[in-house]
Amino acid sequence: MHSNPQLSKNGELQHLLTIEGLPATLLTQILDTAQSFIGVTEREVKKLPLLRGKAIFNLFFEPSTRTRTTFEIAAKRLSADVINLNISTSSQSKGETLLDTIDNLEAMHADMFIVRHAQSGAAHLIAQHVAPNVHVINAGDGRHEHPTQALLDMFTIRHYKREFANLRVAIVGDILHSRVARSQIHALTTLGVPELRVIAPKTLLPAGVENLGVHVYHDMQRGLKDVDVVMMLRLQSERMQGPLLPSAQEFFKYYGLTAEKLAAARPDAIVMHPGPMNRGVEIDSSVADGPRSVILPQVTFGIAVRMAVMSILAGN
Amino acid sequence: MSLKLPDAEQLVSALAAQIKPRLDSGTALIGIHTGGAWIAQKLQQQLGLTTPIGLLDISFYRDDFARIGLHPQVKPSNIPFDVEGRRIILVDDVLYTGRTVRAAMNELFDYGRPASIELAVLIDRGGRELPVFARYSGATLELADNQNIELKKDKEDRLSLCLNQT
Repeated sequence: MHSNPQLSKNGELQHLLTIEGLPATLLTQILDTAQSFIGVTEREVKKLPLLRGKAIFNLFFEPSTRTRTTFEIAAKRLSADVINLNISTSSQSKGETLLDTIDNLEAMHADMFIVRHAQSGAAHLIAQHVAPNVHVINAGDGRHEHPTQALLDMFTIRHYKREFANLRVAIVGDILHSRVARSQIHALTTLGVPELRVIAPKTLLPAGVENLGVHVYHDMQRGLKDVDVVMMLRLQSERMQGPLLPSAQEFFKYYGLTAEKLAAARPDAIVMHPGPMNRGVEIDSSVADGPRSVILPQVTFGIAVRMAVMSILAGN
Repeated sequence: MSLKLPDAEQLVSALAAQIKPRLDSGTALIGIHTGGAWIAQKLQQQLGLTTPIGLLDISFYRDDFARIGLHPQVKPSNIPFDVEGRRIILVDDVLYTGRTVRAAMNELFDYGRPASIELAVLIDRGGRELPVFARYSGATLELADNQNIELKKDKEDRLSLCLNQT
């Protein structure tokens, strides 16, 4: 492969498809731009004119509330027109192909597509298909990546910990099926986190995960020892009864984050979760609602981060 | 052709002298990032204003966003006072086309409805493309289209002007 398909010849971001392969300078630029958008929410008029007259299509082939809503709010804060399409209930069920759907929406003068799809690589396929002035943001594709989630996580970590250079970070849970984890691992290593751990049972780890530059733990007590940041993952319900796990209760016993297990981490460690949470499966309520949880600030920061990504793309 | 540029620190003092007689207790200064912010800082000290200065980065309001995209080093705007009903003096280093000032006024109105806005600039170089007028200006210079003036700040916080040719 000669180049990164999401970057133009002179290194400008054309689409946001993956975190993998993006340089640290670009990730930092997105985080810095997001920082500037934070102040907008405290003003009398919470809107900016940057994307006035642009049409942004939220294309969700998979259900989502948080991600779709924060993208919608972000686009509206930038004065764009937002069209939400819930494809699982429309043309696709009538047999239209993905690229035919895209062609039709482009004929309606779409400027940007925000795509969530169960198939890894769906956003990539769309990005290669659209006209050069149309931008695509991957809002989660299969088990591959969820780049804006990782970016808002990086924003949250930087907000609470200032620097990435001295941090010990642990990602806990179903790494195998998690596009969030994959994007997080790439973002954290690119931004220079010196010690990144993943904690999971062997059945929920992808083969060769060590090659991504992480330390593997199967035990929470050891894995959480002295970490600064705990990043929990969602255990999807279809995994709770399947060949990979005995039961949700058993998972909680060994890998659910309780106050007792969190005591191994540093006293000022923060706890993150991309949502939606399964209380009593991957995280205990006393931790989720506790003083070290930054789960709701993550959601708020997600708006500013998505504003940053959309405005950088629209300007390139 | 070399042009003798005025001393930036003297121009700031000249600006302060122009503003002083028209000042009242509720007046606030807002500097446009970055040069305008440096000047506003110095004006605030010289005028003895107690209201903290505001800072505007107009990147999100530029009219050429569609052509040139977002400036990679956007700084947060920070207006630490209530804009509603306040008398405001916008401060910038160089007044040229007037487009920056237009963008700054648009942004300012998203914070509230000021009682009035006036403009103070170090250099008025002509070439207006919009009906914008600086009530306070340090100096007027005639420059060719391919020349531009840049305000610099050294380690001791001293301001100076430099001329660039393209």
